[in-house]
Formats: sequence, C-alpha cells, structure tokens
Amino acid sequence: MADMEKTGIRIEGLRKRYGEGDTAVDALKGVDMQVAPGEVVGLIGPSGSGKSTLLKCLGAVIEPSAGRMTLGQDLIYNDRWEIADLRALRRDKIGFVFQAPYLIPFLDVTDNVALLPMLAGESNAIARQRARELLEALDVAHRARAMPAQLSGGEQQRVAIARALVNRPPVILADEPTAPLDSERALAVIRILNQMARQFDTAIIVVTHDEKIIPTFKRIYHIRDGRTHEEAGAAMPLE
Amino acid sequence: MISLAGRDILHAWGKFVFTGVGLGLLIGVTLTMAGVYRGMVDDAKVLLDNSGADLWVVQQDTLGPYAEASSLYDDTWRGILSMAGVARAANVTYLTMQVRRGERDVRAMVVGVVGGEPGLPGQPGFLVAGRHLSRSHYEAVADLASGFRLGDRIQIRRHHYTVVGLTRRMVSSGGDPMIFIPLKDAQAAQFLKDNDAIVRQRARTAANPAFSTPNVLDAVLASQSSNPYVNAVLVQIEAGRDPEQVAEPIRRWKRLTVYTRAQMEEILIGKLIATSSKQIGMFLVILAIVSAAIVAFIIYTLTLGKIREIAVLKLIGTRNRTIAGMIMQQAVGLGLIGFVVGKIAATFWAPFFPKYVLLETGDALRGFVAVVVICILASVLAIRAALKVDPAEAIGG
Ligand SMILES: Nc1ncnc2c1ncn2[C@@H]1O[C@H](COP(=O)(O)OP(=O)(O)OP(=O)(O)O)[C@@H](O)[C@H]1O
Ligand SMILES: [Mg+2]
Repeated sequence: MADMEKTGIRIEGLRKRYGEGDTAVDALKGVDMQVAPGEVVGLIGPSGSGKSTLLKCLGAVIEPSAGRMTLGQDLIYNDRWEIADLRALRRDKIGFVFQAPYLIPFLDVTDNVALLPMLAGESNAIARQRARELLEALDVAHRARAMPAQLSGGEQQRVAIARALVNRPPVILADEPTAPLDSERALAVIRILNQMARQFDTAIIVVTHDEKIIPTFKRIYHIRDGRTHEEAGAAMPLE
Repeated sequence: MISLAGRDILHAWGKFVFTGVGLGLLIGVTLTMAGVYRGMVDDAKVLLDNSGADLWVVQQDTLGPYAEASSLYDDTWRGILSMAGVARAANVTYLTMQVRRGERDVRAMVVGVVGGEPGLPGQPGFLVAGRHLSRSHYEAVADLASGFRLGDRIQIRRHHYTVVGLTRRMVSSGGDPMIFIPLKDAQAAQFLKDNDAIVRQRARTAANPAFSTPNVLDAVLASQSSNPYVNAVLVQIEAGRDPEQVAEPIRRWKRLTVYTRAQMEEILIGKLIATSSKQIGMFLVILAIVSAAIVAFIIYTLTLGKIREIAVLKLIGTRNRTIAGMIMQQAVGLGLIGFVVGKIAATFWAPFFPKYVLLETGDALRGFVAVVVICILASVLAIRAALKVDPAEAIGG
C-alpha cells in the first residue's frame, strides 16, 4: 500500500458545540488523535466526556464545528465537509460496531453482512461470497443461514464485526462493543478486532468503559472534558 | 440487490397476512358494492332486452311504464299496428305487488301479456321448463327467483293461477322476479276492488238520479267494473327500419309518447337507478378512505417498529430512495394480498345476495389500480417518518 494510504485516521483540533447561546454545550474542545492502519486504540473517559460525540463526527453522522479530519488519503473535514456524498463515505470507508449488534432482523446472517457490498453495487453472488469469507474468518460460518434472533450475543457481535469489515473500510469505529458480553467473550471480540486490523490494515477505535479489555490496548486516548490525552496501554498479550 | 421489503414481509408474514386478510374483506365489500351497481344496470338492460320490444309507447308526457305510471286504452295497439314500419304491437301491464306462495308472500312484478301468439313483445323470451301461456285465464309463467315450481298455485289478489312455465333472469328494474299472467287477468287484478267496496260503489251509483234509467245504470255499472287500460304498448319494428323514424309518426299522429331502446335505457339507468348509484358511489368513497386509513396506519406502525433498523440502514449508507422504496413496496404488498383476498371473497359471496351482483373484470382492474394508488399514498406518512430518522440514533449516546 502507498504511504499516502498509511495515514489511517488523523484528527486535529476537532471541536463540536451542541446548540447555541446560553444553552450551548462544548462537547469537544480541540481533540487531536491519530490511529495508524492495522492499529487498535482504546478511547476511554467518564460519562459525558464526549466519546460518542467524537465517534459520530468521525462517522460523518454529525457535523463538527471546527478542525480537520483525514481518513486514509482523503481529507474529509477541514472546518467544513470536504466530501459531497457522506452516505457513500460511510458505506465505503467506515465500519461501525455498536454496543448492541443492531443486525437487520429480517435478513439472515449472510445477507446482513452481504447487504453493504450490495448497497455499493456489488452483485448478490460476489457480495455473499465476500460475506461468507468473513464469517469463516470470524468463526460463525456455521450459522450463515440463521436469522439474527437465533444467535447468541457473542455470535451476533461477530456478525456485526463481519458487517463492519466487509467493504474493507480503512476505519472501524466501535462503541462499547463488549458491553453485553462476559469477560471471555469480550476478550475474544478484542482478539478478533486486533486480528482483523492486522489482516486488513484497518485502523480501529474502540470506545469502552470495560475494565476487562482496557489492559489489552497498546495505546489509549483518554478523553476528559472535551480534550484527549494520549497514554500508553498495558498491551496485555491476547493469545 | 435483494428486496428488503420482500424479506421483511417474509419475516413478519403472519402480521402481513392477517392485516392483508382484514383489508381484503374490506376490498371484497368494495368490489361487491360495485357489483351491486353493475347488477342494477344489468337488470335494467335485461328487462329491456327480454321485453322483446324496439319501441315503448306510453301515455303522453310520462316516463312510463317503468319509471312512472302510464296508462293507455287497451285498443290503442290496433292503431299503432297499422303505422308504417311496425311489425308487431302488444299490450302490456306491469304491477309490482306481493303474491302469495303458500303461507308466505314474495315480492314480484306481475306482468300482463297477450298470450297465444309466441314471439309477441312482452312475453318471456325463453323458458327453462314448462310451456308458454296458452289459455286466456288463470295460468302463470314465473321467474325461477320467485321460488315457484311447475304446478304450484299462485294467489294474486282473489284469484289462483297455476304455474305452467318457468323462466330465468326476468326481473324488474328493482330486481323483483317477474310473474307473467294473461293480460285480461292482469287488467282485472290492477283494477280489482274488494267486495265491500264494489257493493258501496254500486249503491252510490244507483243513488245518482242521473243514472235512473235501468239501461243506463247497467251500462255505467259494467264500465265501472272493467278496466280498459294497459300501461304500455310494446312495438317490434320491421327489420332494417330506423326506430326513431318509426317512432316519430306515432308521436305525431297518435299523440302518445314513444321511447326507443336507447331512450328507455337512459330513463332506467339515468333516472330510475340514479339515486341508488349515487348511494353506492358514496359507499365506495367511504370504503376507499377507510381502506387508505387502515393501510396508512398499519404501514406507519410497522415502520415505527423498525426505526432502529432504519437508522442502522442509513448509517451503513443505504439511500433514502431505497428505504422509501422498501416501505412503499410493503404497502403495495399489503394491498396485493388484500386485493387477492377481496376478489376471492367477493366472488364467493356474490351469489348469496338476494339481488343480482355482477362482478365485472373491468371493475376488478379499476379496483386493483385504486388499491395500488391508495397504498402508495398511504405509505407517504410512514416514509416521511422513516426519512426523518437520524443515522446518529444508531450510534446512541
Ligand atoms: N444532541 C446533543 N445535544 C446537546 N448536547 C449533547 C448532545 N449529545 C451529547 N451532548 C452533550 O455533549 C457531551 C458529551 O456527550 P457524549 O454523548 O459524547 O458523552 P459520552 O462520553 O459518550 O458519554 P457516555 O459514556 O455516557 O456515553 C455531554 O455533556 C452531553 O450532554
Ligand atoms: Mg456515549
């Protein structure tokens, strides 16, 4: 891959103000952050510190107030959006994993994953082929024809990760992906995210409160009162 | 690309089928209402067809004999028969009344026709059993819908008639089955008073000093107890003649009102059943509104139940158009289930209606288009709600 593409995520001086006048809330007051491709970083901080706000800005679902954001080689925000089609940006460049898996209940596991490449214009056969490869890699291929409601919580979360990965986005944003899982499953999810980051050269940001997984990160961004502080993590071995 | 709407319908098929069946029964009622109207129009046309007439000669300036009362002297037909272009002419009387069948009575249109010569206008065109009227008294040919069978005895006023023939689809414009009896009997039945009334009338007439001469009194009494009137003269014209050209001299020289087949149809459909058809039209409008409200409500509820999924779909880059299409297809899918159920239901229950229900393919097609349009309109509310969903909701706090 070209060096230009090795940028991963870069955020500089990002600000977000909700509302106006007396009731305005400055949720982000100048956030700096960089995540390289293939790297998994933790984003931690107390409630109300701005973690979700940062993720929403990065995910291009809310508009920041100021600052710069770069994804891969694309400058996407520089005090205003630099990209016209934010929907296509989300579809092609960003994978989302949430606390709850939010699978589409009326699609089976394969099509839940295959939907993204289909939305991007891929043929059904190729989209499903790519979905199956990922389900294989995430060890849920045996449930490929099941409906989401028939899966365990951990299986659902792995399907959600497959969905986040299927369009090979340079970035994955995970908001409390392990919250509903026990410690063994939580560690399994983190192991998978690390593995996928390496395998697909993806930059992954994991927002978490989860004490079980915080020690696994090599690098942690601590966010407090709208500002980030970089810290070294314990980098506990996962294997 | 897979059909999101189709997958959702398959996933929640129970909900869809139940709602679709409910909607379908409503659509069935709607199609039946249209069928009732078509049945009324068809009854009117059949009434005109089966009378075998090309022209209806009625009392001057009336819309008779079906839409208004009309009476003519019963010797008028001879003069008409001698007019140019007239092939046959026959008297006819119509009297809607209750006739006794055993313990019960049925509503029927008693038609007085000239018997004897088959093919004269006014007679039942074809029989399904038995024979035509051949004697001049106390025989009847009844429509099957009246419930009479061959050999049954019908009581009309004070006289009994034996059913000698049965016919089919001979109904009045109101849908009542016809019973054909000889003209003379029908004239008497129209005129017949009870015995007490006759006695009183005789006494009054006898008391009138103007009729004191015995011969005069007898003649007056005789004229009071017979009925020289009929309701219309039905005319068949010679082959190849223009009905309007035959009708015009009758109007001018006989000073009577004459209607052609087309004019008669206009009277029956445009005037006689106009109020009923407006009534039915009103029903159709209300049913359409109710159906639309049901579809809108169901689709809206189903969509609100999927807000989370819609937020996720938007977050992962689904176009608004795709989401709107999904909701609209579901609404149309619901309409399709409803239409199929409705068509089957209407076809099933139509024969059980007392009056003729005519389900026309054209009406079904129009109904189908209306259902699809209504469903599309009804999905607008749900689509608006779905498009307002913020993809940020999928990420949560
Ligand atoms: N839509 C909004 N309008 C106004 N203020 C908001 C909005 N969303 C968040 N905030 C405020 O911005 C600040 C940061 O919120 P954010 O949701 O990013 O916190 P968080 O770190 O994700 O908290 P938690 O750990 O509880 O999820 C909070 O003070 C919150 O009240
Ligand atoms: Mg949060």
